[in-house]
Amino acid sequence: MHTFDLKLDELTKVEGSAQLEVKVKDGKVERVEFKITEFKRFFTKALEGKPIIALPQLLARICGTCSNAHILASIEAAEHALQIEPTEQTKILRDLTMDGLIIRDHALHLYMFVMPDLVQKDAFLDFDENIPFENQMLHDAFEIKAAGNHLATLVAGRSVHAQYPVVGGFNHFPDEKGTREVIQKLEAARPAVLRLIEVFSKCPFSFDRKTHFMALVPKDKYGFIDGKIISSEGEAIEEDDYRDHLERVVLPYSQASAYKHERGSYMVGALSRMNLAKELLHSNTKKSLSKILESFSSTDIFKTNLAQAIEILHCLDHALEVLKTNKFRPEEIIKKSARDAVGVGVVEAPRGTLYHMYKLESNGTVKSGEVIVPTGQNQINIEEDIYEMVERLLPAMTQDQIQFEIEKLIRAYDPCMSCAAHFLKVNWS
Amino acid sequence: MDKKIKIGWFSFSCCEDNTVILTEIMNDHWQDWKKIFEFRHARVLKSENILDELDIAFIEGAIASEWHAERLKEIRGKSKKLVAVGACAVVGMPAGQRNYFSAEQKQEIEFLVARFSALPKVQKVRDVVNVDAEIPGCPIEPSVFLTAVDSLVRELKAGAA
Repeated sequence: MHTFDLKLDELTKVEGSAQLEVKVKDGKVERVEFKITEFKRFFTKALEGKPIIALPQLLARICGTCSNAHILASIEAAEHALQIEPTEQTKILRDLTMDGLIIRDHALHLYMFVMPDLVQKDAFLDFDENIPFENQMLHDAFEIKAAGNHLATLVAGRSVHAQYPVVGGFNHFPDEKGTREVIQKLEAARPAVLRLIEVFSKCPFSFDRKTHFMALVPKDKYGFIDGKIISSEGEAIEEDDYRDHLERVVLPYSQASAYKHERGSYMVGALSRMNLAKELLHSNTKKSLSKILESFSSTDIFKTNLAQAIEILHCLDHALEVLKTNKFRPEEIIKKSARDAVGVGVVEAPRGTLYHMYKLESNGTVKSGEVIVPTGQNQINIEEDIYEMVERLLPAMTQDQIQFEIEKLIRAYDPCMSCAAHFLKVNWS
Repeated sequence: MDKKIKIGWFSFSCCEDNTVILTEIMNDHWQDWKKIFEFRHARVLKSENILDELDIAFIEGAIASEWHAERLKEIRGKSKKLVAVGACAVVGMPAGQRNYFSAEQKQEIEFLVARFSALPKVQKVRDVVNVDAEIPGCPIEPSVFLTAVDSLVRELKAGAA
């Protein structure tokens, strides 16, 4: 019978810093602790007293890789507090900002973090240019990432801590030359994205455990900014009502807050979105992938990887259509007087639903606020998956094999510890 | 073939925006970098990380705990060149924003600072170890990073010649 304490001091090929402890006694798992070990930077304390229009740039610094999602959630929360209705062009540019982010961020995760596990190499840069598949993947990875980066740079200024999106609109607009170049790069990258989807549709990794899924789902398209929070049980929650549905859980060993929904743990991210909204994907994406889309809905956590690859294609197809059918003109930034109000902003960040909430005062400053990030919401589900997975693997596998399987599982969640660790407690009054 | 330059990339308290920029710079430079660099310690890129003798250690993030400070000193001792990368490493902000909180705000967060044994004051890299170069920015500007890297590589090659 197995008895061991498995301790991973530093999880690798993930965003940020985390540890894991698993205690096994006489063939039974006694304890699983997924510890987010990033040091808190107290952003939700730091925002107190700041002008509301300054928050998108401040809170972008919660996380580099998710920064543009934080900017958009923050802008939405501020605009709801200020009663600003963005123009149609602004909405389009925000959708494109999210397309660029999803393409770049998912490609980073799939190629640089996950793919080494598939070919049993330690690092993506160890891939051998003399092996045709590995050489192809190297070229594909950097082509797709670059296409996403160029899209983000054209529309939002940068793929990290974007400068163009602001409360009330955009302060810079895509020019025709830049738009043409980005269209070219996106079109050139499409075959590489199809190869990526093919790779993950055949990926043998699997771990199936029933859980609950939640995602912000728009009404009429697959998107990341508008809609209602839908659960796999059929609930449809308005953005403003989110606090009635999430329960904060303190894990004393983790720097991050964890969350439960009414029925316990739940999962957010690409798999949730695909399970809840695949019918809304772009028509060109659906046309290219009809067979593969039959894999969803799924409770196999490793299907997150396939769902991310599909989202890259959707964002590429959506961006191509929008860039080819729109001309962008300079617009004035909409400004409104401050008032006593609460503003909620909810977006689907690459890793799942992201909530920002601010209490605005009539002098334009923020009295208090809160931010709930995807990895915090997934934290308990990750622990429960590890618990179940180790129980299943214990009879047949060695400790080293189990450790490798756990690391693969955690990577499938694409956790972001930078996001998860930087908040003060939330007061659920 | 020349010996590869051994690189370490370390993240302390920060948003890791510079790590993302590093992976974006790779979009255009991965083929050259595969030839000249060995990423010997880079948690975000690989699992088998070795901290022995590094040619260049890049440090992003501010120093928020004793463990961070000890680790940074260890890296300094094993690296020919140590480069602070990005605002949190170079000026300690915004990771160190709690240093500038009001007395009341500091009191409100004190139990969390204590629970995780964080330093009373967040420090920039230069507060803890000697630094050979600093690349500011939030995030870093890719062209500035590349210029600094070119200059370090030239210096290391000249030293090895």
